[in-house]
Amino acid sequence: MRTLIYLFIGILFGITMFKSEAASWFRIYEMFKFESFHMYGIIGSALVIGIIVVQFIKKFKIKSFYGETIRFNPKAKSFSRYMFGGIIFGLGWALAGACPGPMFTLIGVGFTPILIVIIASILGTFLYGLFKAKLPH
Amino acid sequence: MNWIYEPWPWYVSGPMIAFIMFLLLMVGKNFGMSANLRTICTICGAGNKTAFFKFDWKSQKWNLVVILGAIIGGFIGSHFLTADMAVSINPDTIKDLNLLGFTSAGKTYLPTELFETESLLNLKTIVVLAIGGLLVGFGARYAGGCTSGHAISGLSDLQLPSLIAVIGFFIGGMVMIHILFPLIF
Repeated sequence: MRTLIYLFIGILFGITMFKSEAASWFRIYEMFKFESFHMYGIIGSALVIGIIVVQFIKKFKIKSFYGETIRFNPKAKSFSRYMFGGIIFGLGWALAGACPGPMFTLIGVGFTPILIVIIASILGTFLYGLFKAKLPH
Repeated sequence: MNWIYEPWPWYVSGPMIAFIMFLLLMVGKNFGMSANLRTICTICGAGNKTAFFKFDWKSQKWNLVVILGAIIGGFIGSHFLTADMAVSINPDTIKDLNLLGFTSAGKTYLPTELFETESLLNLKTIVVLAIGGLLVGFGARYAGGCTSGHAISGLSDLQLPSLIAVIGFFIGGMVMIHILFPLIF
């Protein structure tokens, strides 16, 4: 049953990524060129509502559908890992035009070459794991 | 009923993303897609190479199911809910892209120059896609999250690390498009 709920949420997410055009390489390029409000509107409105939702859950200690406490995982304090990691991610996001959610959506749309991006991103994750100890965090 | 085939405006898409994050929180999970890439590494046996991948991947099975749903969602969205896949980006952006050699700008969902099946025969295209993917995977894990984990989940929780990461995303993206694109394409 829970698996079906996750599948449903995923389908909703996939449809949203496709129909919002957030999965389009062109929209990402246009965003980094600051030539359209579209992507900023998406992220901005998701964020405003997201902040309200999260603060509401925290303030009123809302329980999950299963009656469990909703946990937020605070990120470890650091500057370099977020800045350097973020820049590396941004370089790839702009080049491949897809981030780790939409790249899967694009398989469903039928763009075969996205598989190269996915396999390479798995490899990139693996390389991070290998060199983690040598990187500034 | 024609509206159903139209692209969603930002004020429908953004709230939908927030709703998806809310649903995941309400089933006791956190919205973060790049974690799946680490899980896939573990399933492939990367735990034998380095401790970073030594964890019980079954605890992340739910997220793989979400990703499977995202694939199905892409199929449904494109096959049943869309008549014309062209993305109407800004005409100035189209002109720019034409100059870089992307003649499909404004006519398709993804540039055919990179994402047509035939482009799998072009070495340069393969290298571009592979480097893009490598950077996304490496950077997401180094930063501890991607667009969903930092820009949506983290910022919604008012996490300073997520703000630093998102600023990094934009520095990287702008360097790529404004400085490196003219050299690559």
